Amino acid sequence: MRLFIFIITVFFASPVWAQTSGFTAADPVIEERAREIGQSLRCVVCQNQSIDESDAPLAADMRKLVRTRLAEGDSNEQVISFMREKYGDYVLLKPPVQGNTYILWALPFLIMLAGLIWFFRAGSQTNKAEGDST
Amino acid sequence: MKRFLPLIIFGVIVLAFAIGLTKDPRRMEDMLIDQPFPEFELTALDRPEQVLNENVIKGEVSLVNVFGSWCVSCNVEHPILMEISQDEAIRMVGHNWRDGRENARKWLNDKGDPYDIIIYDEHSELAIPLGVTGAPETFITDKQGRIRYKHSGPIGYQDWEETLRPLIQTLKAE
Repeated sequence: MRLFIFIITVFFASPVWAQTSGFTAADPVIEERAREIGQSLRCVVCQNQSIDESDAPLAADMRKLVRTRLAEGDSNEQVISFMREKYGDYVLLKPPVQGNTYILWALPFLIMLAGLIWFFRAGSQTNKAEGDST
Repeated sequence: MKRFLPLIIFGVIVLAFAIGLTKDPRRMEDMLIDQPFPEFELTALDRPEQVLNENVIKGEVSLVNVFGSWCVSCNVEHPILMEISQDEAIRMVGHNWRDGRENARKWLNDKGDPYDIIIYDEHSELAIPLGVTGAPETFITDKQGRIRYKHSGPIGYQDWEETLRPLIQTLKAE
């Protein structure tokens, strides 16, 4: 039973992406927005982590800057575009849909479409073949 | 046609890899080239009461070098900065990043101080607007205070002779 409880707790423990090095905005609304922005910005010195998750000192400073700018009245978009002006598209964890990423975004759908076309054409041919033989 | 389909797919994949794998993903876009140096308000390393802003790099061609006493590659780069400061008539601006005043001062006292001015940036207030990802990093700015060149990593003698020095000469003549 104890083992069972242990296993349950392990599997259902939700990961907490807590920030250890602390600078939180006094205003909970700003803090909420800052977390949201932080999750969409890449920590530029890490391996595929957002600045919200990262322990890197630069990420901590970036979180702080996000909060400062929000407190000064910037919108979420303004903060993100500020970071983008400095670090380029690389700083966005989710690649934007634009000229050089059309292929990236379209490819999965094109592959699925090609697969469906292949599936139905191959399928109808098999049916035909079966129909002929009977 | 159908027979060649695998070959065509293979060809496309080879082409995609040939382009994709020869790009260095660590090399970030240089977003700030030809942009004005970001506005900032920070203090001088040795004088906490002296406020410095973006005007310190205006009026003269300047070399802005991001460094920290914690930065290992900065040790490697240090001798060439000393030489540049002695041989070249250029304003050397140090950007002391995420460091402590005492540690930075001690590091400079031990090794020599190549800088004319040192900006003390403990919390990346200037480093983020500059798009800094690591130290050392070096920016060359023109007389109007625009960023004209960015070098990531330690400056080597070849970088200096072939790229930075000729660029500085051109900018001085502008």
